[in-house]
Amino acid sequence: MRLTLLLLIALLFQTVTLVQSANSADEIVSFDDPVQREMYYALLKEYRCLKCQNQNLSDSNASLAGDLRREIRDQILAGKNQTDIDDYLVARYGEFVLYRPRFGGKTAVLWIAPFALLVLALGAMVMIIRRHRRPQSDDTPGGEPVAAVQHIDERLEKARRLLKD
Amino acid sequence: MNLLLKLLPLALFVALAGFLAKGLTLDPAELPSPLIDKPAPAFSVARLPRTPEHSGAQDFNSNELAGQVWVLNVWASWCGPCVQEHPYLVRLAQQRSVPLVGLNYKDQPADAQQWLARLGDPFTHLLDDRRGDVGLDWGVYGVPETFVIDHEGRVRYKHVGPVDEAALLEKLIPIIDELQNEAG
Repeated sequence: MRLTLLLLIALLFQTVTLVQSANSADEIVSFDDPVQREMYYALLKEYRCLKCQNQNLSDSNASLAGDLRREIRDQILAGKNQTDIDDYLVARYGEFVLYRPRFGGKTAVLWIAPFALLVLALGAMVMIIRRHRRPQSDDTPGGEPVAAVQHIDERLEKARRLLKD
Repeated sequence: MNLLLKLLPLALFVALAGFLAKGLTLDPAELPSPLIDKPAPAFSVARLPRTPEHSGAQDFNSNELAGQVWVLNVWASWCGPCVQEHPYLVRLAQQRSVPLVGLNYKDQPADAQQWLARLGDPFTHLLDDRRGDVGLDWGVYGVPETFVIDHEGRVRYKHVGPVDEAALLEKLIPIIDELQNEAG
């Protein structure tokens, strides 16, 4: 069931278009440090609002999103990095909260499956192409193309001689 | 060998269709909680007085319930489905001897008190999580939510959304019975 959910998330990723709207959060957030400020706004776009699942924390007006924004701001001010904040949110809401789930455990399938399918499809393609070629080369025994070339050469030589004359 | 190869695309298609069909029956609003089988987040929070006059009680600390099976219900007076769920919580409190902790989530005490006076108060402990801090630690994303915690302090079950007859009789009560047996 979890696997299904993860696969569905994978599909969802392809349809979600991140609206580059200005931060819809009502609260005014001030940071003294521009790096922290940048980090705050970047991070809000990385996390899903669990109340309205196709909005990120920056878009959402749900009160839960407000709480999470406050929490993220506090953690950034406390000097936490993105990994710490990811861990904090994942421990509470699961991998689903991250728009880009991390690699490992249950999410391995999500990351590997597309590439595995690609390899499988390429393999199938190569096999099909080879099978189509084989009958041709079977029909023409090795010596024949050389003989044909020789034949053409002979006729060209003949033509040249005729032209000279 | 050749036949197997020919059937491979069909098998892949069936597998994909199977996943998608299963996906259609899942409720995307119901997320598996990462807390299941993990230690329940410990917390200490103010009690919500049963009536406006009764105030000044000591804070509640979650280790008061260590060694017992208990139920945490997250609710609010502003939450519509909570009204729907409430009779089943009252029934649970009548039918099973289990501490039922009511966490009043992001609510006004006066509203919560009136609400309980109207609909009945099944809670063993009534707590005031006005800012939603406890809710945040428990990964609450929609009210109502109901957790069952075992005697070793692990979260064993989470129900998202209103508890109905089926959830009460087929999930909550059997799980509580089983965990109480486990505790001995």
